[in-house]
Amino acid sequence: MAKSAFLKSSIAKKYWMALTGLFLCLFLVGHLIGNLQLFMSGYEGALQFNKYAYFMTTNPAVKLLSYVTYLSILFHAIDGIYLAIQNKKARPIAYAMNNPSKNSSSASRNMAVLGTMILIFIATHMINFWAKMKFGTAMPLFVKEIVDPNAGGVKQYMLIATPESPQASVPVQAPIFDNAMLNKQPNNQIIIDGHKIINKANKEVLFEGYKDLHKLTIAFFKSKAKLFNVIPNEGLFFTLFYVFSMIVLGFHLWHGFQSAFQSLGINNKFTPAIKVFGKAFSVIVPILFAIIPIYIHFISK
Amino acid sequence: MSAKKNININLKIWRQKNASTKGKMETYKLDNVSTDSSFLEMLDQLNEQLVNTQNEPVAFDHDCREGICGMCSLYINGRAHGPDTGTTTCQLHMRKFKDGETIFIEPWRSKAFPVVKDLIVDRSSFDRIQQAGGFVSVNTSGNTIDANATPINKSDADKAFEAAACIGCGACVATCKNGSAMLFVGAKVSQYALLPQGKIEAADRVLNMVRQMDEEGFGNCTNTGACEVECPKGISLENIARMNREYLKASVL
Repeated sequence: MAKSAFLKSSIAKKYWMALTGLFLCLFLVGHLIGNLQLFMSGYEGALQFNKYAYFMTTNPAVKLLSYVTYLSILFHAIDGIYLAIQNKKARPIAYAMNNPSKNSSSASRNMAVLGTMILIFIATHMINFWAKMKFGTAMPLFVKEIVDPNAGGVKQYMLIATPESPQASVPVQAPIFDNAMLNKQPNNQIIIDGHKIINKANKEVLFEGYKDLHKLTIAFFKSKAKLFNVIPNEGLFFTLFYVFSMIVLGFHLWHGFQSAFQSLGINNKFTPAIKVFGKAFSVIVPILFAIIPIYIHFISK
Repeated sequence: MSAKKNININLKIWRQKNASTKGKMETYKLDNVSTDSSFLEMLDQLNEQLVNTQNEPVAFDHDCREGICGMCSLYINGRAHGPDTGTTTCQLHMRKFKDGETIFIEPWRSKAFPVVKDLIVDRSSFDRIQQAGGFVSVNTSGNTIDANATPINKSDADKAFEAAACIGCGACVATCKNGSAMLFVGAKVSQYALLPQGKIEAADRVLNMVRQMDEEGFGNCTNTGACEVECPKGISLENIARMNREYLKASVL
């Protein structure tokens, strides 16, 4: 019976919550380092961010890590919901008078609610960025804008090639280079497939560029469009929603980080240090995440 | 001599005839309660009043009335064993309450602690957990080794003793938002796991006690720490961590 209980028992479920939770904390750090590159401005900044996005979507080690991340999110969420249902069942009749604020923090008592809110955030976040990056056919390729002072300030555009591209960077007519642009050409045998431009007929790769995730991100938080035809200035709405979600994440981590160590049986002389580190982590990481949409919406040009 | 002071209070108490009937909160008024009386003496006074008016007295658990037997329970004004920390209900006094105050008194609420009558709950689930592994097997055929003959590290002995201070009252379960019994089981696992006599059966003990705990329908620990705050004996969360460790060792190795 010993080994079979390792997934089902109350304690084993907590190990899995702790392990997946701590792994997701590592993921947050990685994700944050990537996002902070959005603070770099100009062509160099955009190129750097798009190169980073290219690396994150094509590197096999990162791919493997991303599957572990998807699994961790799913497992953490499913296990968490299952635990919450079980815990609810453990007290069929509620107290008429309860005073839990005297003995525990509100974050610790509301992990399931906070977690559900984070899950909703992750779903919308993945629809808005991850799915577009991964499956979106309308994703434009990265184009550099050159203003030539010798030609009287006329703007010129350059489609930027990756080092693997069979063809070097080429001049193009417009700042946006996507399938719609390509299809305007008489020869529509050539299409963008992911980050590559291929010949539809013989699948020959003609060019490899970078998907312009940078432009997509900036446009997302600056958008003045109406969301669902109801909410005006959706860029502001998204900015506020992202900031709110990061506050929720902060509270979830405030309890979750140090709680994971307790669940794994680590409660010793290092615990005070773990608690301090966990609280610093739960404040600093969400704040750094949150200032990115604020910067894009209110400050960047 | 301290000044004698009596208060009048309103009580909202859970009344339930037996395990199979539905209960509800009833309101009572009790006058002239001495602030020097204990909380249980106040309930005795209420019961006297109820009996004198041909009403059914309130059933509640109590025994030693000095904080060591673990019989008294009561969820008072939203807290296990009332507003004080580090005390049982029998150690709570009426001087902690104000004149005219309304006091809520409810039984421990847990699926694994069904109500027997009024404020009395059946805590035999704790006994079954204890029977599943909370012991050491000793050969008593005449060659028993004196426990004191085995040297034990002082800090381990102290930690084991602190864990053994658990009186099994169930306040941890009552106060936990998940109705989890992990502080109780953690204490019982720790008190043996820390000592050489208990180490021999440590793996089976933790696996069996946790299995029994889960079967009884207690909830899962989410480390809110409420149990540690409300425990009348100050059992530390370190005991839950130790149980988690012991369980990991027993499952993986």
